Amino acid sequence: MKESRHTRQGFWAAALIFALFSLPVMAGAPVPDIPEAVKGDQCVEETGFMRKNHMELLLHQRDETMHRGIRTKKHSLKNCFTCHVVKDAGGQPVTVKSPKHFCRECHDYAAVQIDCFQCHTSVPGGHKTTGEKL
Amino acid sequence: MNPQERKQDDNQIDTYRRRLLGGGAALAGAATLGPGVFFTSVARAKPDDQPVSSEVRWGFLIDTNKCADNCNDCVTACEKENGWGSGSADEQHSRPDQKAQWIRKVTVRDKRTDHSMSLPMMCQHCAHPPCVDVCPTGASMKRADGIVLVDKHICIGCRYCMMACPYKARSFVHEDLEHQREYAPRGKGTVESCNLCVHRVDKDEIPACAEACEEKAILFGNLNDANSEIARRLASEPSTEIRGDLRLDLGVRYQGI
Repeated sequence: MKESRHTRQGFWAAALIFALFSLPVMAGAPVPDIPEAVKGDQCVEETGFMRKNHMELLLHQRDETMHRGIRTKKHSLKNCFTCHVVKDAGGQPVTVKSPKHFCRECHDYAAVQIDCFQCHTSVPGGHKTTGEKL
Repeated sequence: MNPQERKQDDNQIDTYRRRLLGGGAALAGAATLGPGVFFTSVARAKPDDQPVSSEVRWGFLIDTNKCADNCNDCVTACEKENGWGSGSADEQHSRPDQKAQWIRKVTVRDKRTDHSMSLPMMCQHCAHPPCVDVCPTGASMKRADGIVLVDKHICIGCRYCMMACPYKARSFVHEDLEHQREYAPRGKGTVESCNLCVHRVDKDEIPACAEACEEKAILFGNLNDANSEIARRLASEPSTEIRGDLRLDLGVRYQGI
């Protein structure tokens, strides 16, 4: 009798542990909702390569442009936004202030701060007038 | 990337050919104006994937006799082009003397004769720039083609360059900005100044101030090209450097001062 009670307790403990571990899976672990690019089927490099190395490409391009005046479009920050633009309900591109911004989707998830947009504009074409509020 | 741009990237030969044809068209157009008369200098035709070269040295020749006292067109054009001053609504908290000033109109008066004149003052794009000498990080730099500018990626905002510049050409950004132009990034904690509209120059266009000046008081061109209008005028007409005693070999020269 004593043994069977132990067995029953063990069963419930195992069930509880299973339930606890499987809970996040059932609820759906949060994953970044990466917005689709607006045009083209293929990024400038292979998608997996871009996910891992986009920062290296941008860093290289930035120095080439600043110091040597090389202005190829392929790996430029400007080119990222030509395709990876997210628009709001009104059809306007969202700035980096919005959590829906292409860069922020993953960077928020990975808790990696991006400093690019302290100086660079985060929307395609930048701001052409004297400071419309977005 | 639009289809035309993609095509340009994919096919460099096409790009070169297009530029060559464009240059040819410019030459043909210039020929009809008569010998030695050009609306603009002939395209330099640097492809996007080639680095700038020290064979070129960009500069201004500013004729103060043509520069009107009450005209501010060059400053307004720069503000609009690069998104500072009246070209931006961002710097709300800075005092006027703290706000960015890439180019300013300066009025100078001879105390003895009371003769006054007005001239635009901006980065003089020195061949031996003191701002580059003092920069601890290499952010203040001179490109091979003589354009002096700040690499804001590595600028730490120490402002040594502002102290070193004899022309008070540099400004520090004191507050967060949001409405930058696509081609003119600027942000809090970095120093900035006239960059000779480097984004336009790299596209074979002339700086916004020179384009905006109706009196044609600001002439932009390649100082190293003996056939350019600026070089021919410098060779045939008197001009001076401001604070020439510092022997910084300026890219900006003035007439009538």
